[in-house]
Amino acid sequence: MGLKRNVSLTTGLKYKGQGPMLTFVLHRLGGLGMAIFITVHILASFVGGEIGSFFNNIYEHWAFQIVIFFFVLFHAINGLRITILDLWPKLLEHLREAVWVEWAVFIPIYGLAVFVIITTALGG
Amino acid sequence: MATKSKSLPLTKRGLNFEMLMWIFTRLSALAMYALILFAIIGALVMGARNQMNLADVLRWGFMPNNTHVLSTDVPDLAPWATPFWRFVASALVLVATAHGVHGLVVIADDYIVSPRGRSIVRFISIVFMLAMIGIGVYVIWTA
Repeated sequence: MGLKRNVSLTTGLKYKGQGPMLTFVLHRLGGLGMAIFITVHILASFVGGEIGSFFNNIYEHWAFQIVIFFFVLFHAINGLRITILDLWPKLLEHLREAVWVEWAVFIPIYGLAVFVIITTALGG
Repeated sequence: MATKSKSLPLTKRGLNFEMLMWIFTRLSALAMYALILFAIIGALVMGARNQMNLADVLRWGFMPNNTHVLSTDVPDLAPWATPFWRFVASALVLVATAHGVHGLVVIADDYIVSPRGRSIVRFISIVFMLAMIGIGVYVIWTA
């Protein structure tokens, strides 16, 4: 019932939401990813032992950190954009520009973090 | 001619629980920015500039728990494991769990629309939230 659509799935996938739609998808994906990551991380730390360190070793791996930093940083910066636009609705007229500003803030911080993670992983 | 305000007055907008949670999501996000910024500044004061890289500082910032600085060049963990930082970390767990579980409910509501299904989702989410807060705070104070 909840999945009943007014448009077909293929039409839905072809929806051209562009920049703002992409931020919506990434925000939701990042939020879900974080919820799963943090739940497992807390439970792993609680259980401890071999099972706990099995999961926490995955989390300390540089490849995983690159993914989770993307989720967390994007969710944080996109969330700040949403909060600002929601609390000052007049700014909503500049939604597309706000999304560009958001990427301009996100890319340098994330790029620098990824650079540091990789150089550390390579023994830098 | 004065342009008419697009936003409804509060009385016509309907001040219900969902509206309050909408505000809570924004305010808890702002609270998390404050806590994370506070933890990052604290890390810099405690000497992170020389002993941690950016990724380590961010990891500490997202959860100021002393096990998050174990694999860095910090010589002494004691200043990072004080009750003060444990309280900051507990506050972050509290706010983040409430924010996150409500986010999961919002996503679930997009797919589960029957009143019965939604009340089941809410019941599970409250139990889950309380359990995760309890376990999270326990881990922080025993780590």
